[in-house]
Amino acid sequence: MPGTSKAMAERVELRINGAETAVEADPASPLLGVLRETLGLTGSRFGCGAGLCGACFVLIDGHAVPSCDTPLWATAGKEVTTVEGLGTPEHPHPLQQAFIEEQAMQCGYCVSGILISAAALLRRNTDPSEAEVREALDRNLCRCGAHNRMVRAVLKAARGKGTA
Amino acid sequence: MSAQTQQGKALPGSLAANPLLAQWLRFKPEGTVEVSPGKVEIGQGILTALMQIVADELDIEPARVKLKAASTARSPNEGVTSGSLSVQQCGIALRHACAEARAMFVAAAAERLGVEAGSLAVEDGTIIGPENARTSYWELADLVPLDAPASGKVAPKPATARKYAGHSAARVDIPDKVFGRPRYIHDLKLPRMLHGRVLRPLTRGAALVALNEEAARAIPGFVALARDGNFVGVLAETEAAAERCLALLRSQAEWRGGEELPDEATLTDWLKSQPVETKTVDSRETAAAGSPAGHMRRQYSRPFIAHGSIAPSCALARWEGAGVHVWTHSQGIYNLRAELAAVLKLSPEEVVVEHAEGAGCYGHNGADDVALDAALLARAADGRPVRVLWTREDELTRAPFGAAMAVEIEAELDGEGEILRWRHELWSNGHTARPSRGSNPVLLAASELAEPFPHVVSTNPPLPAGGAERNAVPIYDFPAWHIISHRLLVMPVRVSALRSLGAFANVFAIESFIDELAAERGEDPVAFRLRYLGNPRARAVLEAAAGRAGWGSRRGGEGTGYGVALARYKNMGAYCAVVAEVEGEEDVRVRRLVLAVDVGEAINPDGVRNQIEGGAIQATSWTLKEAVRFDRTRITSDNWEDYPILKFSEVPAVEVEILSRPEESPVGAGEAAQGPVAGAIANAVFDALGVRVRSLPITRDNIIAAMELS
Repeated sequence: MPGTSKAMAERVELRINGAETAVEADPASPLLGVLRETLGLTGSRFGCGAGLCGACFVLIDGHAVPSCDTPLWATAGKEVTTVEGLGTPEHPHPLQQAFIEEQAMQCGYCVSGILISAAALLRRNTDPSEAEVREALDRNLCRCGAHNRMVRAVLKAARGKGTA
Repeated sequence: MSAQTQQGKALPGSLAANPLLAQWLRFKPEGTVEVSPGKVEIGQGILTALMQIVADELDIEPARVKLKAASTARSPNEGVTSGSLSVQQCGIALRHACAEARAMFVAAAAERLGVEAGSLAVEDGTIIGPENARTSYWELADLVPLDAPASGKVAPKPATARKYAGHSAARVDIPDKVFGRPRYIHDLKLPRMLHGRVLRPLTRGAALVALNEEAARAIPGFVALARDGNFVGVLAETEAAAERCLALLRSQAEWRGGEELPDEATLTDWLKSQPVETKTVDSRETAAAGSPAGHMRRQYSRPFIAHGSIAPSCALARWEGAGVHVWTHSQGIYNLRAELAAVLKLSPEEVVVEHAEGAGCYGHNGADDVALDAALLARAADGRPVRVLWTREDELTRAPFGAAMAVEIEAELDGEGEILRWRHELWSNGHTARPSRGSNPVLLAASELAEPFPHVVSTNPPLPAGGAERNAVPIYDFPAWHIISHRLLVMPVRVSALRSLGAFANVFAIESFIDELAAERGEDPVAFRLRYLGNPRARAVLEAAAGRAGWGSRRGGEGTGYGVALARYKNMGAYCAVVAEVEGEEDVRVRRLVLAVDVGEAINPDGVRNQIEGGAIQATSWTLKEAVRFDRTRITSDNWEDYPILKFSEVPAVEVEILSRPEESPVGAGEAAQGPVAGAIANAVFDALGVRVRSLPITRDNIIAAMELS
């Protein structure tokens, strides 16, 4: 029954982008809302609320997961990385650098989630084929049609990492 | 009214309607130039192209150009950012405004330095004369009256003197987007901001007969409920609380009535049996059109198509006294302002509409609707700002769709199968119900209020661009043709402008039919087209695409096929030819698209390439996968599983060749690929499978249906 489960705010401890933090929130509430509204980490985007578009992806212990669909309690004891935690303008992640070089987007709304999926891929496979990149990004939707630029950027970042 | 030059000629682009130079340019003491164009960034990279144009004409480094968000409080009124016109209208206006401003500054510098204007040069905004005499735009800013109308007497630089325009430039918005910095309207956070959500029925036009508010009111963080007739929204301190309230309201709301939808299974027949307004779009008859020996007639169709932006529409609003300030990702801030004023019973001056970037925009989506939602909810917020976000379901079911169309083409042929007469007849809703185009407001909530405005039936923009009839006139030199458009006078499914409007279906139909005629004659489709194509720029893109794709040496068969198509967008914009390579049997996969385009002067060639690639991939998605689904009471494709779009693993390789024409006027690139891509894919499917699919999308079901028909 809707309404019978009262939202109870509790102190929840999180480890986000390498830092320990704590929030007062309902442990059942989605991680995305806490990231965006409470912690001001707006790089993770809301797209569908059902884990079907990838715009809200974050890394949890290195795996790309939809933060819109992940309850806060499920992150207990785990490392959460958002797009803000991948790199900074001063120290960009190779993927971020490659996306700039390839001008790999149009509107860019899907890009945070795609960077996260790509980062998860490169953690488990440092030298992916083009088909493996496409498969790894298949859970992320892009409506503007910048797919091929993004695939090129991911391959470029992978190669750069290999030769650096 | 349009301003004119002293010679009586209209000023170029948007300068005609906004001649004051100060509306375009402001020189700031810190050594920058503030530009607040009326055209807005919708993911197409327009801001970067405008920056290139300004830097060139003013002789400054691009970094000195500061682009400010469009606002009705300061920007020129440039209508709507649509129709691939931003470079033509805004870019050209800025180019001329900057050329005039530069000349005024140089004249002022000549006077100050006591030298001839002709002896002065401008380097990054510093004006340099003989013996190193120096001043700058910024030193002279107070002396140069930019609050004067443009004269139209200063010519911009020749193409050869441009340093930035014509060269690819890195987009200014990209760094924010890869580092996840706040950039979108969704990220705006105003002090004391509340979150709003709107309750809507599944059936459009249904009446709310019962609403239980108690459960929602009990949620911690609940602030207020706003109701005006069938429009209901909730305000809460947090987004999570607003969503919880909405879910509770929804589960206990009772709706009755509403509009009946057509039968999806017989949509094309439905389109052809409704009350319509009929007009002849174009007609030609020449002596060459002799008496026919035979004829061929075919019917093509496309379904309703959703915008499917990755972000749900969003807006913010705050009432300030009697007036309201609205933040929106609308394509037309002035038109939205007029519409909001009409619904809220305010004067336009009491409404400020400011643009903030949204996700990709491909036409008239929910952006304007949610702006009214926010303004209505903010009335209950006691002066606090309110942010309203639509749900994914809203976005896929309640935003306007691109209109379904039926197109019938008939050709009269001579004994050799050559075309004598061509007849193109189409049935469709109008393709535009944008704000402030008609007498009644079109915003969704306007029809839900206690004193409702009627549902507006969409219309077509005037020719030559047209709406449903966009690109219905063939690009080929047929001796005679007759083009007829039937606009539906009923509109149970809400439609408005979607990328390329009617051009998508018309070009798909024309280019499919041409292919069918070539196949009947057993003639090569490229050669057949070229024989009917006099326009040299059209021939050039067709030959370039065919050449690059290796058309002459292609090898089909074994489930692989090649198809070609072309069009000139709106018959007056960009030329685009496409060769598609497909594979498959029951499920078709597009392996490769090769496109050649001519957009005249390409200000940012990489930006053009990006737009063409993106258009081609989106058009592939429309062509292979997309159809809005519905039953008799509601739109049922309300999530990404029921409205699938092309995935990374399904995206074809895309190659784009830009035919460089720096001396030609620049035209937009954003919509040029849509129709030709559909035609090329359909023709390639025929080449691969021997099946002519005339109903989009080219899904397994539609391929099987086409096989059964043939």
